[in-house]
Amino acid sequence: MKFWPLIKVLPVRTHFRFVRLSRVFSVLSIVAVIGSLWISLYPFKPPCGGLACGIDFEGGTVLEISTAPKPVDLAKARASLEGLGIGDVQVQGFGAPSSALVRFQQAPGGDASATVTKVQQRLTQSLGAVRFVRTDLVGPKISQELFGKGLLGLGLAILAMLLYIWFRFELQFGLGAVAALFHDVFLTFGLIAITRIEFDLRAVAAILTIIGYSMNDTVVVFDRFRENLRKYKRMPLGEVIDMSINEMMTRTIITSMTAILALAALAVFGGPTLYGLSVIMLFGITIGTYSSIYIAAPVIMLWGVKRGGDDEEAVPLKPATVR
Amino acid sequence: MMNLARWKVILVLLATIVGFLFTLPNLLPAKVRDGLPGFMPKNTLHLGLDLQGGSYLLYSVDTVALRNERLTNMAEDIRTTLHDKQIAFTDLAVNNGEIGLRVTDPAQVNDAVNLLRRTVGAPLAGVAGGRDVTVATQADQRLRVAFVPEAFDAEASKAVEQNIEVIRRRVDKTGAKEFNPVRQGKDRIVIEAAGENDPEKMKSLIGQTAKLTFQMVDETADPAEVAAGRIPPGDEVVVSTDGIAPSYIVSRRKPITGEMLTDAQPGFDQQGGGGSLVQFRMNGLGARRFADITRQNVGKRFAIILDKKVISAPVIQGPIPGGQGNITGRFTPESANELSVLLRAGALPAPMKVEEQRTVGAELGADAVKAGTTSAVVGLVATMIFMLLIYGWLFGGISLVALAVNALMIIGAMSLTQATLTLPGIAGLILTLAVAVDANVLIYERMRDELRAGRSLIASMEAGFGRAFGTIFDANMTHIFSAAIMFSLGSGPVKGFAWTLLIGVFTTVFSAVLVTQVLLAWWFRAARPKTLPIA
Repeated sequence: MKFWPLIKVLPVRTHFRFVRLSRVFSVLSIVAVIGSLWISLYPFKPPCGGLACGIDFEGGTVLEISTAPKPVDLAKARASLEGLGIGDVQVQGFGAPSSALVRFQQAPGGDASATVTKVQQRLTQSLGAVRFVRTDLVGPKISQELFGKGLLGLGLAILAMLLYIWFRFELQFGLGAVAALFHDVFLTFGLIAITRIEFDLRAVAAILTIIGYSMNDTVVVFDRFRENLRKYKRMPLGEVIDMSINEMMTRTIITSMTAILALAALAVFGGPTLYGLSVIMLFGITIGTYSSIYIAAPVIMLWGVKRGGDDEEAVPLKPATVR
Repeated sequence: MMNLARWKVILVLLATIVGFLFTLPNLLPAKVRDGLPGFMPKNTLHLGLDLQGGSYLLYSVDTVALRNERLTNMAEDIRTTLHDKQIAFTDLAVNNGEIGLRVTDPAQVNDAVNLLRRTVGAPLAGVAGGRDVTVATQADQRLRVAFVPEAFDAEASKAVEQNIEVIRRRVDKTGAKEFNPVRQGKDRIVIEAAGENDPEKMKSLIGQTAKLTFQMVDETADPAEVAAGRIPPGDEVVVSTDGIAPSYIVSRRKPITGEMLTDAQPGFDQQGGGGSLVQFRMNGLGARRFADITRQNVGKRFAIILDKKVISAPVIQGPIPGGQGNITGRFTPESANELSVLLRAGALPAPMKVEEQRTVGAELGADAVKAGTTSAVVGLVATMIFMLLIYGWLFGGISLVALAVNALMIIGAMSLTQATLTLPGIAGLILTLAVAVDANVLIYERMRDELRAGRSLIASMEAGFGRAFGTIFDANMTHIFSAAIMFSLGSGPVKGFAWTLLIGVFTTVFSAVLVTQVLLAWWFRAARPKTLPIA
């Protein structure tokens, strides 16, 4: 067979001049990061700004109701919940037409649990046979704590990566990696804002995973980069970077593909709960691959690295020692 | 690598066998599993509440309310004590976590302070003569009585423990299984109950304070005065749910409380109409007091108060000796039964509030399991086909064997540790396995690089493992950091996700490096190849 295994057909070594385009892409990235920051922060409404805040961080109650096999009469459900004194009640379809989400805030100072009971009674009266398949209630104290923990987690993760890369490589590498991380995290926030995917603990978990994978990619490229820096001490920095990225190209493509295949399966078959999580990670892992090439490496270029001495002598090849 | 160390082979075989043994129970039907010999592991994966359905409830114990209640009781003691010693006072009130009062006669201030220091509050354990309250004098003959903060903290902490005890008793009486209230932090209680199909019922059972008191209705109070906000001293206004009056003015004294009940059972009213009621029986002290009260107050009303609401306020028809009686009210058979359970289990020492609730119906959980399984199968099969397409039968196949061992180890480890598998956890598992092949890719690509650089086949293979290992290690360390941070963030489903990622990091490094190495070495010995099929 001529086209299989594919690894024999793929180009053995690519020769893209990544560094030459880095200026263009850096500008694009900076614009995208600023844009993402703006749409995820504007209108600066605490706690989530421009993101679609989930109850994890905003507090409140979400009921998932099902009237299967009948479709949910959303208008009727909405009308039945007026005048409960709990402000704005959102009722929206969720997945199948027989399912819907009802979301509301508890009255300040009131008993959250009692409000849930009241809402359930009203819905049962107006919709007839309705099942409450899921109830999520988060009080104001807890939502504040979760929000704090979420932000702390993201901050700690980025800090841990900086320190680790610094420890294993050099400070410049660490800064490049962290620049790439901020890039990925901010762009992901932008995606969450545009798609109106709910920003909750799951989203934070997805972002933390992205941080892990983006770093994974960066580390693999850096590893080769460091090795080549030692090998070719006279080669201009840009060329070493290009060479390293090209050498890792096959691996980058294969690994990204397996991750994308798995996440696509999750997004398509995983149901509404996993959809947001998978979409965020799909985007983040793609962006992470890009940023390892166009953010992490150029930052190192800007900063420069310590090198010196001559090219290593080409190691004389030992005769094969097959026993 | 041709000098394949024996320990590596043994380790790989061992890990595979152990992984398989611990994964096995998940693949067998329950009947076969129960029939396994005793030495075989039987634990299956522990499914999270989002997969099997159930409720997670987080309550906070209201220590402020607890303190106010204790202070209110103490204020009544102070009222009685000062009255008995004929010390006149005004402005006795609970405010901002302390009791304030003003002694009318300046000459009696010292007497009052000494008296209260001796009698109010409880002795402090371990401190001779110490008490858990302080009595301080202020300008204008005013006194302030407050708890010693440490003493109150200890008391609040005890109340949280007692609350847990009461909750357990209450739920035990309903026969629910797999139910475990756990204390979290200073003043929180977490309750997880699997498979409970009516969380609202459970919440009403758990969350009610169920503090029962009998208090005399003050029929001398002038309703007009009370409406104007002038409540007679020693009285309080309590709202009513008896459907007769909107509220009652009752004495603050609580001669009979729920603790004096020894039994409570639901029943039916034999004389009047056959409505539901709760029959109770009291201990000796309660019975004595109940007999006294009913003898002294024939023709008057007493209020039966549950959680600051009057359930009924019957007129005393005559003395009731023996400490038995009925609580009538607007009961349904269910609510009469619930109140009996609550009264038998006792009141919560401190009131609680729901801070967080996550309930998933069993039906939705089953859907989630289905969705998780489908996406896992599709995702992994896609990954496998992809690897075979890229690297062919041999090298692709080796990475798939490593993947299979990895999966066995993850599922085995999850079953062994009984770590909770959540829906996001399944996502984490799929992602981990899909990206685990990265380690194989790194090794294979390194081998190809080395071959191209002109090294011999065997040297390339050696270098493939040696040099790729550093990269694999560094790359996986990054996952450990993000997963560990995620884990410490808390919340159930996310924790499950982090845990699978974390276990996956270790099994991935093991299987990708060792399993791949052993398999390649075997192939090399058997085939004595001249070149790599992927070069």
